[in-house]
Amino acid sequence: MTAINVQNLDVWFGSVSAVRSVSFSVAQGQSVGLVGESGSGKSTILRAITGLAPDWSGSIQALGQDLHGAARDRSFFKKVQMVFQDPYASLHPRHSVDQVLSEALHLQGMDAISKRTEKLLDDVGLGPRFRFRYPHQLSGGQRQRVAIARALAGEPEVLLLDEPTSALDVSVQAEILNLLTDLRADRGLTYIMVSHDLPVVAHMCDNLAVMQNGSVVEMMTADALRAHQAIEPYTRELLAAST
Amino acid sequence: MTLLTVNDLWVRFPTRQGIFAAVRGISFELGQERLGIVGESGSGKSMTGRSILQLIRKPGQVQAAEISFQGRNLLDLSEREMRSVRGNEISMVMQDPKFSLNPVMTIGAQLMEAYLQHNRDNRQSARKKCIEMLNAVSLRDPERVMNAYPHEMSGGMGQRIMIAMMLIPDPKILIADEPTSALDVSVQRQVLSIMDKLVRDRGMGLIFISHDLNLVAEFCDRVLIMYAGRIVESCLASKLHEAKHPYTRGLLNALPRLDNPRAHLEVLQRQDDWMHAPLEQTQ
Amino acid sequence: MSEQTLKQWLLSDAPASRMQARVAGLYQGWLRLTSNWMTLTGLLILTALVLIAACAPLLAPHDPFDQDLLNRLKPIGFDDHYLGTDSLGRDILSRLIYGSRITLYIVALVTLIAPVVGLLVGTVAGYLGGWADQILMRTTDVFLAFPRLVLALAFVAALGPGIENAVLAISLTAWPPYARMARAETLTIRSSEFIAAIRLQGAGPLRIITRHIWPLCISSLIVRVTLDMAGIILAAAGLGFLGLGAQPPSPEWGAMISEGRRFILDHWWVATIPGLAIFTVSLAFNLLGDGLRDVLDPKDGGHG
Repeated sequence: MTAINVQNLDVWFGSVSAVRSVSFSVAQGQSVGLVGESGSGKSTILRAITGLAPDWSGSIQALGQDLHGAARDRSFFKKVQMVFQDPYASLHPRHSVDQVLSEALHLQGMDAISKRTEKLLDDVGLGPRFRFRYPHQLSGGQRQRVAIARALAGEPEVLLLDEPTSALDVSVQAEILNLLTDLRADRGLTYIMVSHDLPVVAHMCDNLAVMQNGSVVEMMTADALRAHQAIEPYTRELLAAST
Repeated sequence: MTLLTVNDLWVRFPTRQGIFAAVRGISFELGQERLGIVGESGSGKSMTGRSILQLIRKPGQVQAAEISFQGRNLLDLSEREMRSVRGNEISMVMQDPKFSLNPVMTIGAQLMEAYLQHNRDNRQSARKKCIEMLNAVSLRDPERVMNAYPHEMSGGMGQRIMIAMMLIPDPKILIADEPTSALDVSVQRQVLSIMDKLVRDRGMGLIFISHDLNLVAEFCDRVLIMYAGRIVESCLASKLHEAKHPYTRGLLNALPRLDNPRAHLEVLQRQDDWMHAPLEQTQ
Repeated sequence: MSEQTLKQWLLSDAPASRMQARVAGLYQGWLRLTSNWMTLTGLLILTALVLIAACAPLLAPHDPFDQDLLNRLKPIGFDDHYLGTDSLGRDILSRLIYGSRITLYIVALVTLIAPVVGLLVGTVAGYLGGWADQILMRTTDVFLAFPRLVLALAFVAALGPGIENAVLAISLTAWPPYARMARAETLTIRSSEFIAAIRLQGAGPLRIITRHIWPLCISSLIVRVTLDMAGIILAAAGLGFLGLGAQPPSPEWGAMISEGRRFILDHWWVATIPGLAIFTVSLAFNLLGDGLRDVLDPKDGGHG
């Protein structure tokens, strides 16, 4: 079954078009990467799916549900969640970890919130010690774990990952990527991961789409990428720059 | 020839919980070479770069047995003398060009101002010199760049302009603090090779501070690896991949690699004794 | 719990309960607030003001309305009138002490009205954008287009003189800058990732504005209000001075200066002493505001 299906997607901000006729689909349980440099429109696609970028045309289906405009209903947010790039910006500076997670659980209509908060913290490798801390008492990696826990609150099926490790140190990146790998295996999650880092995407994803200037230049499997079967010169250029 | 000697450098910040030492007694020398300082955030690598130019903000304190530059101990200089060192002899390139350029002045005006501060010259030949500098950092159409404002430049162009500006007074040492972290990978290498070429042609010393081991290995002669304010390992850049210290090894192994797919990445197991470990020489 | 462990408990990096986290946050703010002696001075003056207002009947040596025409315009230190007497022979010190109640009343009422209206208008306009923004902000502009005291004068003239009307008039003219500020902050906060994240949890605009945007706007608003408080006291005094605020014989400080104005050359203390009181309280608010800015700045302690 298809988890996310995007056909002929165009997204624009004002009069600037950020994404031009992009099509791809992600099967359930699969993990797909969007790779490109800044301004290539890769994050914009995620924002269009979640309704954060309201001006788009084409068709987007999420788990069989047709999406329109910027409005998304609760059932969408229960199934599809997003993890943002900058863990320093994605947590409210005045809310403790406990507040962040229990609010998410409350909004997702969960019961036994206190118990579930502890469970979520445990799932992302943070102990109960972290429950009442504020973001400024956490390191970058710990913050990103909290952000992942928040995304998992409603037990979603699809996670959209917007450069989840680009603001982190390599050793912390490894921990977060391992966590994401484990979560996907445990819960059968579907990932769409956006990154500028080819090795990271190749590590996390089965399939990847290389983007440039708002369009998909090339789609291939991670194995084909490793085997140097990239055809497009731009993909080769990226490869050369990242090894 | 040794350009810079740093001996037993400490950077401390008083906090409510006591004194926090960001840099703990490190020593190194810089010749006419490209020295990389690598470490994670919080390792003290940026503080090291800043403390050489005494750019540590209050209430931070810099203390060292010596920081000597061409026989002068920078710690003994007055703020005024330090300012002339900063402008003329040791330059620094910061991470994000957007914050280093004045947004309401044209790039030409800023470059010329920097040039005329250090040289007695008329405006016409100053302009010519600036255009030459922009050419040297491989900017296409330097005339247009001279009349442009910083916001009209991309990140890569902005960083090249910053490098041009820093090189105008012909400094002996360039300190580059994560000069390319805000840039796209393909632009990163362009900018670095331009910087690299300029530094080598002029026989300057370069201190390249970065979190990216591969980049440092590629663009430096020698690498210092910092952990928790100490230098845990120092090695030739070409031999970085044979580094011995478990921290360096851990950093190298934590990177996902295209040629070596794994289900799980190796995770760095931090050990307390790294904090106190003496420097391992592997030169 | 001994002193040392209580302190450790308060400064702990790993609070064990919601209560500890909250108390620890307050305690650290308190430490930062009191680490600056200027702020502390401001705080002490204002505490003293509150205490004086609360204990006015106990502290005042005379009845503030008690006239004694034989002893009018007596200098400082005359008999038991420590700060002299005014043109009707009333004890200035007692009037000053009772006047502090009026000052606090004005301050409290204005703080209850102006920033709340400003916050509401500004955050709603900023978050919703579009036509709501247009309507709310153009209304704000209309209010901003008039000079503050003139607009207050017009309101008082329409509503009739009196302290409540003066407060209402001041509040009505004071909220637009707060709305502007709250809107500007909301615009930055609105586009941040943590707002996007909570929107993706399905939170509606009401929840986002009240739970996520307000806590971040309120701190700078408090600072701004504290700094503006001096101006508000002065505006109230100004209205009093013009005869449109508190009415005689009420011992409002501005009205006291107004009365003393007639004798300022021969009997300077009658106008000067309430003037000094206004000055001291305004200064105290400014000092406190500066300190609060350091404590409440949300950018602080963000990255660490």
